[in-house]
Amino acid sequence: MKNKLRAGLTVLGVVIGIAAVTTMVSIGQSASALVQGQFAALGTNVIVVLPGSQQRGGVRQAGILTLTAADAEAIGSESRAILAVSPIVGAQGQVVFGNANWSPRDMQGVGADYLTVRNWKLQAGGFFAREEINAGAQVCVIGNTIVAKLFQTANPLNQVIRVKNIPFRVIGVLEKKGVNMVGDDQDNIVLMPFTTVRKRLQGSNFNNVNAIMVSAISPKVMDTASREIEQILYERHGIAPGEKPDFSVQDTTEIAATLGVITGTLTMMLATIAGISLLVGGVGIMNIMLVSVTERTREIGIRMAIGARGKDILRQFLVEAIILSSIGGFIGVVLGMAASAGATLLINSFSSGTDWPIIVSLPAAAVAMLFAAAVGIFFGYYPARRASQLDPIEALRYE
Amino acid sequence: MALIELRDVRRVYDLGEVEVHALRSVTLNIERGEYVALIGPSGSGKSTLMNTLGCLDRPTHGSYLLDGEEIVTMSRDQRAGIRNRQLGFVFQNFNLLNRTSAVENVELPLLYSQGISSRQRRQRATEQLQKVGLGDRLYHHSSQLSGGQQQRVAIARALVNCPAILMADEPTGNLDSKTSREVIGIFRELNETEGLTVIIVTHDPAVARNAKRTIVLRDGEVVADTHDFQRALEILNSEPVD
Ligand SMILES: Nc1ncnc2c1ncn2[C@@H]1O[C@H](COP(=O)(O)OP(=O)(O)OP(=O)(O)O)[C@@H](O)[C@H]1O
Ligand SMILES: [Mg+2]
Repeated sequence: MKNKLRAGLTVLGVVIGIAAVTTMVSIGQSASALVQGQFAALGTNVIVVLPGSQQRGGVRQAGILTLTAADAEAIGSESRAILAVSPIVGAQGQVVFGNANWSPRDMQGVGADYLTVRNWKLQAGGFFAREEINAGAQVCVIGNTIVAKLFQTANPLNQVIRVKNIPFRVIGVLEKKGVNMVGDDQDNIVLMPFTTVRKRLQGSNFNNVNAIMVSAISPKVMDTASREIEQILYERHGIAPGEKPDFSVQDTTEIAATLGVITGTLTMMLATIAGISLLVGGVGIMNIMLVSVTERTREIGIRMAIGARGKDILRQFLVEAIILSSIGGFIGVVLGMAASAGATLLINSFSSGTDWPIIVSLPAAAVAMLFAAAVGIFFGYYPARRASQLDPIEALRYE
Repeated sequence: MALIELRDVRRVYDLGEVEVHALRSVTLNIERGEYVALIGPSGSGKSTLMNTLGCLDRPTHGSYLLDGEEIVTMSRDQRAGIRNRQLGFVFQNFNLLNRTSAVENVELPLLYSQGISSRQRRQRATEQLQKVGLGDRLYHHSSQLSGGQQQRVAIARALVNCPAILMADEPTGNLDSKTSREVIGIFRELNETEGLTVIIVTHDPAVARNAKRTIVLRDGEVVADTHDFQRALEILNSEPVD
């Protein structure tokens, strides 16, 4: 390639194409990695049972508390596919310790097996046991953020905090979990026995719960577990088969799978759009190679006259196209990796709390390089073939 | 067996409405070690004949045996191989590659020959350039060489793969008379000392006189084939083109 500027511009097309593909795929991959990480953090194999999803007169009756703690008990004892169950009762309010007060994002009444369900551990202290739940003990377990907000450096264990002027003794501190996928701080949480929340904070004598959280023994038995939960609740609530239930069972792996499909599709779409720009780059190579073949007709004639066969000429131009596109591919991969790292950092710095992983995928880079070379072969072949089929005499005569 | 045997070779260009008979019926033999000049008026078919002999073009009729091998029925690639191993070309406008040094130009035919290492290529190209008196211009590009020097590079390139025949179509057409004599001197020496078969096309009687045998073409036919140059000139001039 004699004209360096022209060669550079040609390469630029491939550079942009490959860089775009690499960036888009990397960002797509880190998005799906983020989603997957969040689901792992939510707890393994979690199934959520929500109340009041029945329809009356075509209207969805939300918020009707049709689930009870007894339902949770029954699910836990009757299904073999289930590892642990916890009722969930929501609460709201400020927590006060000394002069400090704070509104936690989550204040929940939960059961004794909540940590098993959520796949969560304690950093210090203990969790409330069945007896404390039965007794409606005024104890709580707090997340890391609460510790920081209320106690700063003091040891929170055995301190008493107040919620709506009701004292709760801190008996445990949760391990740090970080933010979830919508950017909420999961450590901004206070957990109490659900019985205490019902009686003390809500002043209710009913045994209703806002949700039942269940974890299956393994991902394989998620379906079985969901089906068994439905059966148990159909029976307990006296709902005939075929009738609309007054609860709904949601499987987080399903949601995760759906989200996975969505992010996967997104990645594919981004890559396709980027791929089109690569295609344009390829057409650029073809164009420049055609010009080059025309300009060098005489050279081709000379080479043929001294014994170059068609395939020698073909190889020469094909190699040239591949070299051009590979150089473009290499620069593109490097740029694309830098761009995706930059984009990830930018996302992380703008929406504080999110923590997108930076994924620099070496196989993806290798594939991109091969792809660039393939673009060279594909778009270089036609011009190279034209060159190889020139008639030597006419080529020699070409001005 | 002669080195070159042409039997009733014809070349017709079909231009749709008209047919151009560039070669009508050429039959001739050229022996190993001969020095032949092809002369004739413009358009008489000299270049066409030369391209045919040089396996660049294929006749539309007839037979061409080169060293006993039939060229007419060969494939493109086979003819490329023949050009590479058996023939050396020198052109009127030198036809060196631009932006390429003299020694790289001379190496080129070896590049299309199998089994020659790059060191051997460089060595043979260098020797060949020294033989034509350009040992001190190895790395000059064609734009940095005079016409005569360029033509000598072209001769070195034509000879580097040890061909049986050296073919030149108007090799002195772009050179002044002094440089012409130098180039022709090289041809003569190659023919006399190394027994190389040389075939040249020329307009210049001074150049043609150097050859030992003269073939005169007119309208695509051989009208004289003689070792007596004076006689060839007479025949060339006796029937003026109308
Ligand atoms: N590609 C072609 N298509 C059609 N006609 C051609 C072609 N090449 C040559 N001819 C014709 O063939 C005839 C012989 O041409 P050729 O080039 O062999 O002449 P020449 O003797 O070399 O002439 P000059 O001395 O001018 O070089 C001419 O009439 C020319 O017009
Ligand atoms: Mg001619």
